[in-house]
Amino acid sequence: MSAVTLDPAAAPPPPAFRRRSKLERTLSNAAFWRGLAGLLVFLLVWQAGGFLHTSLGIDVPFFSKLPAPTAVAAAASEVVVQSGYWMSWIESIKRVMIGFLIAQLIGIPFGLFLAVNKYFRDIFFPPFEILRPIPPLAWVPAALIFWPTNEMSIIFVTFLGAFFTIVINVLGGARTIDVRYLRAAQSMGATQWHLFSRIILPGTLPSIFTGAAVGMGITWNVVLAAEMVSGGGSQSGGGLGFFIWSSYMGGSMEHIIVGMISIGIAGYLSSALIRLLGERVMPWRRAF
Amino acid sequence: MVTTVPQSEIDIPATAAGKSRVELKNVSRGFGEEWDREEVIKNLTFEIKPGDLTCIVGPSGCGKSTIVNLVAGYDTPESGEILLNGSPVRGPGKDRMVVFQETALMPWQTTYDNVVFGPLLRGEGTRAEIDKEARRLLDRVGLGDFKKKYPSQLSGGMQRRAELARALINKPVLLIMDEPFRGLDAMSRPLMQEFFLRLFEENRRTNLFVTSEIEEAIFLADRLIVLSNRPAQVRAVIEIPLPRPRQFHMMSSPEVFEIKRQALEILHEEAMKSFRGQGARGEQVRPQAQP
Repeated sequence: MSAVTLDPAAAPPPPAFRRRSKLERTLSNAAFWRGLAGLLVFLLVWQAGGFLHTSLGIDVPFFSKLPAPTAVAAAASEVVVQSGYWMSWIESIKRVMIGFLIAQLIGIPFGLFLAVNKYFRDIFFPPFEILRPIPPLAWVPAALIFWPTNEMSIIFVTFLGAFFTIVINVLGGARTIDVRYLRAAQSMGATQWHLFSRIILPGTLPSIFTGAAVGMGITWNVVLAAEMVSGGGSQSGGGLGFFIWSSYMGGSMEHIIVGMISIGIAGYLSSALIRLLGERVMPWRRAF
Repeated sequence: MVTTVPQSEIDIPATAAGKSRVELKNVSRGFGEEWDREEVIKNLTFEIKPGDLTCIVGPSGCGKSTIVNLVAGYDTPESGEILLNGSPVRGPGKDRMVVFQETALMPWQTTYDNVVFGPLLRGEGTRAEIDKEARRLLDRVGLGDFKKKYPSQLSGGMQRRAELARALINKPVLLIMDEPFRGLDAMSRPLMQEFFLRLFEENRRTNLFVTSEIEEAIFLADRLIVLSNRPAQVRAVIEIPLPRPRQFHMMSSPEVFEIKRQALEILHEEAMKSFRGQGARGEQVRPQAQP
């Protein structure tokens, strides 16, 4: 036997460096500092715009009505100690999560069924495709009438926002799995169940997470708008959408912006969560 | 190297382990409806002898992949039959393993998990036995240190070797290789060919090797089957008289040169036919359908 080893099997020994902490790595990363600089410049321009108006009397369009970041920060420091503000967070997050989870629970199996069963696809895809282009917000009036409580209508509309995106992504992902994977598995004796659980499901995971990331974004859009439209108020407790709306009614521009930034942060946190989860569930995607 | 006869191969009658015969008898396969018919293979007959490495070469788009699909059982012939050791091929099975074009390792499994996939799925043997065999094979293909890597972390050559290990652990009696080294760079391709030759020459497992590289075919094969343009038919069967183990220097002998010349002449002729009769990229110019 001739031992033909093509690549030198002995990989180079691991470098003898001390593994640096996450904080150290972040602080020594140029991209981190560039990002921070970008944020600072953004705030500075914003502040300068307000300053031009208040101190020099130069009217910069848009900026003249916009409170300066310092004013917003002052308003925020007042708001964050009030429990009502955090209740708004909790309300919105609750609605987003419930709508989003139901959309996942129904959307993923539905999308997979559409992908693997031709008859199922023939029957259910046409109505799905007709309902899909309807913007979730167009459902709001009907939902308010149809569901007994405002809360349920908001959750229903939130669910719709994520559902269609999730299904389309799952369907597309499952349908584009390389046929060679299925064939290789068939040669190795895979049953229909094996093909589904060992090939189609893991092969669709990246699309499931793409759908989740996009769906999460839509969910935040929809929940905010639905909270504004339904008025939150007496029946269903506020939420961040209602927080913005009532700030508008109260004429507090600072509070409106605090609400807007809150949504930005909430959206960022939820997509970071999905990304993190995706990396955990799909270790092979980190390998690139 | 000691080759033990694995259990699953003992019950194959009349053939030594891995030495099986494949016969194609008047096999035809076309696609499309009557008015839009394209015959890919028509009355194709050839034989792969036990323990032989048979290379199929032909102009691009002549139906080589269709032959692979038929022998592997992913597709069924419309007429004629395909026999493996005398019994007709029905559907895919672990006795015939395919090494695919480019690579078809599951990207979501580590190299090791890809290799143990088949035996674990079928529940053959204990986990420890499967593990031992997987480690042996991975060491054999030089990937002992790469068990935990994902396919995307391997080089092109390593991916091919991992795929060989994944096929071999299933103890096929026939290995079908569909342009396996396509896409490898000019440096690793000859290395991979030589590595594969040594592996083959160890136990001479019957091999159907499809390639579009005539030089690769001559270097590897016992017999060359040169196919015609679509519909694929056997234009020539060329025995390669080179001794084994094969060495690269044999490729510069006058006999090899003569074989290459003959084969290229046929291939060129067929390619020209396809060029004249069809669009440049094999899109057939069909006669107008009668109203």
